[in-house]
Amino acid sequence: MVVPKTVGIETEYGIVLKGTDDPNPIAASSLLINAFLTVREPKSQPRVSWDFEDESPAQDARGETPLHALAPEIETHLVNAVLTNGSRYYVDHAHPEYSTPECADARSVTIHDRAGEEILIESMAAASSLLTDGQEIVVYKNNSDGKGNSYGTHENYLMDRGTPFGQIVHHGIAHLITRQIYTGSGKVGTELPGLNRNEVTYQLTQRADFFEEQVGLETTLKRPIINTRDEPHADARKYRRLHVIAGDANMSEVATYLKVGVTSIVLGMIEHDAISRTFHFADPVRAMQQISHDLTLKRPLELEDGTKVRAFEVQQALLDDAQKFIDANGTDAVGGPVALDVLERWGHTLDALGRDPMELSTTIDWVAKYRLLEAYRERHGLEWDNARLAAMDIQYTDMRPGRSIARKLGLERISTDEEVHAATTNPPEDTRAYFRGECLRKWGDHIVAANWDSLVFDVGVDPLRRIPMMEPTRGTRKHVGTVLEECNTPLELVERLSG
Amino acid sequence: MAEREQKKRTGQPSESEQVEDLPAASESGEKLKSDMDDLLDEIDEVLETNAEDFVKSYIQKGGQ
Repeated sequence: MVVPKTVGIETEYGIVLKGTDDPNPIAASSLLINAFLTVREPKSQPRVSWDFEDESPAQDARGETPLHALAPEIETHLVNAVLTNGSRYYVDHAHPEYSTPECADARSVTIHDRAGEEILIESMAAASSLLTDGQEIVVYKNNSDGKGNSYGTHENYLMDRGTPFGQIVHHGIAHLITRQIYTGSGKVGTELPGLNRNEVTYQLTQRADFFEEQVGLETTLKRPIINTRDEPHADARKYRRLHVIAGDANMSEVATYLKVGVTSIVLGMIEHDAISRTFHFADPVRAMQQISHDLTLKRPLELEDGTKVRAFEVQQALLDDAQKFIDANGTDAVGGPVALDVLERWGHTLDALGRDPMELSTTIDWVAKYRLLEAYRERHGLEWDNARLAAMDIQYTDMRPGRSIARKLGLERISTDEEVHAATTNPPEDTRAYFRGECLRKWGDHIVAANWDSLVFDVGVDPLRRIPMMEPTRGTRKHVGTVLEECNTPLELVERLSG
Repeated sequence: MAEREQKKRTGQPSESEQVEDLPAASESGEKLKSDMDDLLDEIDEVLETNAEDFVKSYIQKGGQ
């Protein structure tokens, strides 16, 4: 079955409340999001809250869920809003979290990820008017505090339920650990127990230090490279949603674009059994960390059969397969026409990484950050353990426009400012997010709850009416644009859709 | 179980993980150098004034 790779990105932002002795991150996150909602919805209409009806984060893709494997997941039911662009904006684990709407390709999700940044920026501005003098809320788009605490940026990919999970595990691990050479956001030092900062002064990724298992259900402890959460938010007979927790938050749009675009292609190939070689790493978790810790990108990694391979070679092999796969099958299952551009950029990126990674200082985060840190180090004669370098690492992802170091580097764009601005209020038109977002815009007052796969309407007469949205590729402008235009009341809409 | 986990974790990084330095960036143009100089000036302006305190107090609750 050809399953178009509907994708989304969830980002937990780091948060700091300055100017207080008792910074409570949960309260600060709530204040931040509520301030945004108040500015966005000045009429103070009742806010649409999240509907937990169909949430089952402990469902395991490997089949039966063993009791001891239940994820220690506590959803804070504090603020949980759905926006007119189809996204979800909420407090999770003491962080503000933004989930993009479902997007049909890597370009669209890159625009929406960036729109999420704009929403956080608006939120900081809105919050400032509610804080006392000297207080400020600042958010950071990173994944580590440098002290052993991590918070995630997760990708989600719609996949064919018929694909054996074992195939996803084998090829998925090989891809996710080796893609770090272009998806990494860079980090000063290491948080891997037993290593010190003289041994790893700088590494490719924020996240690699925090992984301990190959496969598992958890996301906050013993993090696995392949997460088995089986919660498709769609028709479970046809689909699974691969929940990828092994990536970094990216400031570079090109890095986000490659991260999602290449992974979509690789997953499409897994579904079609089109990957010619399986790389079984002898110790995938260790290999993931070795790759992240090796700035030369040349370190040989041990495979189960005793031979060795470099991260770069695994990516090159996947690229070769991808070219053949797309020549033979087209791009329908892997992101449409955008996939051709992804393929080209992927090739250029691997070529440049092979020659001199520094060529990528305007597209790849770890390179951009490293080049700057080296120049700064040289100017001031600093050792790697100097606090100013660690501060630059954090401030690379500072969301305050004037303070964001990444935004000063002239990183290459995928989106335009106009597209990003529009995406802060408008949903993508080519997934079910369109239906969700447009209904909220038009009839927000009548929607009592929303989640990824349904909307619950109060149509004025009993009972409440739930509209299921089990097909992520339906509910697009093409499918429902006319219906939404023609209906004047939610009751009319509900009756037409169920009629 | 916990003990085994502990052993594995601490034993893991014993082998040399030393990161080799990259070859110096191959830029020769004066323009690039002056752009970088301007950028570094700007970094000095935006960097938190007490970097050590800032880094020390940047503590996050773990998340996903």
